[in-house]
Amino acid sequence: MTIANSLRTGPDERGRFGLYGGRFVAETLMPCILELEAAWEVARRDPAFQAELDLWLADYVGRPSPLYFAERLTAELGGAKIYLKRDELNHTGAHKINNCIGQALLAKRMGKRRIIAETGAGQHGVATATVCARLGLDCVVYMGERDIERQQPNVFRMRLLGAEVRPVSSGSRTLKDAMNEALRDWVTNVETTFYLIGSVAGPHPYPAMVRDFQAVIGRETRAQILAKEGRLPDVLVAAVGGGSNAMGLFHPFLDDREVRLVAVEAAGEGLDTGLHAAAMLRGRPGILHGSRSYLLQDEDGQVIEPHSISAGLDYPGIGPEHSWLKDIGRLEVTAATDREALDAFRQLARLEGILPALEPAHALAATAKLAPQLPKDTLLVVNLCGRGDKDIYTVARHLGVAL
Amino acid sequence: MTTRIERRFAELRAQGRAGLVTFLVAGDPDIPTFERLLAGLPEAGADLIEVGMPFSDPMADGPTIQAGNLRALANGISLARTLEIVRRFRDHDSTTPLVLMGYYNPIWAYGRLRFLDEAVSAGVDGLIVVDLPPEEDEELCLPALERGLDFVRLATPTTDERRLPKVLQNVRGFLYCVSLTGITGVKEAVAEQVAPQVERLRRHTDLPIAVGFGIRTPEQAAAIARVADAAVVGSALVAEVAAHLDEEGRPGKGLVAAVHGRVRALAEAVRTARS
Repeated sequence: MTIANSLRTGPDERGRFGLYGGRFVAETLMPCILELEAAWEVARRDPAFQAELDLWLADYVGRPSPLYFAERLTAELGGAKIYLKRDELNHTGAHKINNCIGQALLAKRMGKRRIIAETGAGQHGVATATVCARLGLDCVVYMGERDIERQQPNVFRMRLLGAEVRPVSSGSRTLKDAMNEALRDWVTNVETTFYLIGSVAGPHPYPAMVRDFQAVIGRETRAQILAKEGRLPDVLVAAVGGGSNAMGLFHPFLDDREVRLVAVEAAGEGLDTGLHAAAMLRGRPGILHGSRSYLLQDEDGQVIEPHSISAGLDYPGIGPEHSWLKDIGRLEVTAATDREALDAFRQLARLEGILPALEPAHALAATAKLAPQLPKDTLLVVNLCGRGDKDIYTVARHLGVAL
Repeated sequence: MTTRIERRFAELRAQGRAGLVTFLVAGDPDIPTFERLLAGLPEAGADLIEVGMPFSDPMADGPTIQAGNLRALANGISLARTLEIVRRFRDHDSTTPLVLMGYYNPIWAYGRLRFLDEAVSAGVDGLIVVDLPPEEDEELCLPALERGLDFVRLATPTTDERRLPKVLQNVRGFLYCVSLTGITGVKEAVAEQVAPQVERLRRHTDLPIAVGFGIRTPEQAAAIARVADAAVVGSALVAEVAAHLDEEGRPGKGLVAAVHGRVRALAEAVRTARS
């Protein structure tokens, strides 16, 4: 049933969330994007597709992921009651696989046998490579050279899974450049290739489609918190790079206006140093990678190279739906620095015996600032969207430890 | 009122030949050198000039043009300066059509209506904006047409019969037929495959058809000139610029002459292709 004034009905038929979104792509890709949109519209309404997806999510991914009460972290911070949505326990160690399964099943339905993807931290690349191995699809992953350096374990993992990892040496050699290269591949091989985008970014229908595949996080959270606490949470906190884990958690709660939604951007070295990835806090609306959204850019509209310790957040843009939700005041946006994320990483390891990925470590860092200010009966859920094993080399380097 | 683009294609038709369209990136390798390159293009045989508006993330371009974009940006090009360059070019040349080609974000950041007004007054004849398909015509295409600025669209091998009318709907000036699926400067166009594409487009439009992507040599340009109204050469010229830079990236002495030499050879081939 559609609720009047619902915030959950977007995008419109042009793929817009207010000013944001759209289909800003080369003509070569347009027919393919329209074909994808049509295929997705059929699949999402097809009970057989949903049933197949649910089976994969249960038996292969390991869903539902637990909603875990972080008792010692709660006691330490001395405020809100903190729950962790444990999406790091998924197969491959992050939320990314929720979307990869969905899109890969769609690719098979569309008869595309070759999958390409971009990756930053490597989590989306690993998840894509995993799903392609299982479904017998060819897989090429584009990854910036700089990310390859700092995410060696994931690069090796992708290769073990049979994917070809193509290093990208253009631009800042990170996620945005990997996405440029993936788009170039897609333009070249459009007839045979399915571009499996890992975030709620890119041209319509990707932001909506990826959101719908990730919304399982929020749907589960909703049922789990109701079962445990008998009511909805008060605050949801999630890190945002492109924004897929956050949108997945937030979307089922958009119309529950009393639930605060807090998106945490990467402040890098600091919001006023110029070395950060805070698109919503420090960017302006712009057009990149197929959609309009907040974007880090200079006065001439040239994209500014972002900076974050977290490869998964090192992206100059953000999903269009986030931009819209920010503008209408539904989304609160804050940020955490590299240093704060590292502190939160170590804190969770010591208090809860969980190594978080550096991406959700930003959400934990924001929580560390927010929770103490909230009454003890406040229910706060952090999306623990990835595990930190992949990041131990980066963390060790920052702690001055040689591995 | 006829436009420069219409007049130029009418002249070409009257001469019974195809035209040569050259592409260079504004401000590549630096602004003074680019202005010398631009000023000499008509004399070297360019019938229509395409000037790239540099962008940090040119998604539809191959390594050659990406590098040209980055060189130009490193040496201080901006959209405002690109328009100034066009204005100065028009002081000396009032007949050669000039089309700006690029990506939407720099235009959006500049202010799209301000950009259109200034482009018209600078003497720009048309725009090609790679990431604005007909679905987004309200953004720039329709306001451009209102101001008398032609909007040139790309038709690609993936643009099927069903979609063509939409692609052609608001095109003015000429139609840019992309010879292959891919990015600029990587694959090679094959005239035998391009001919049926051009014929297919002709069944849907009376606009002149320029073919681009993958045209490098005079021989390739001549082959395209036999089947289309114009051949577009870009990456090969940008590569010529790159080949004449010293180790620090400064332009070498022979750069301008070398690029114009290549244009001359291409123009000669295009002019004599049908004779």
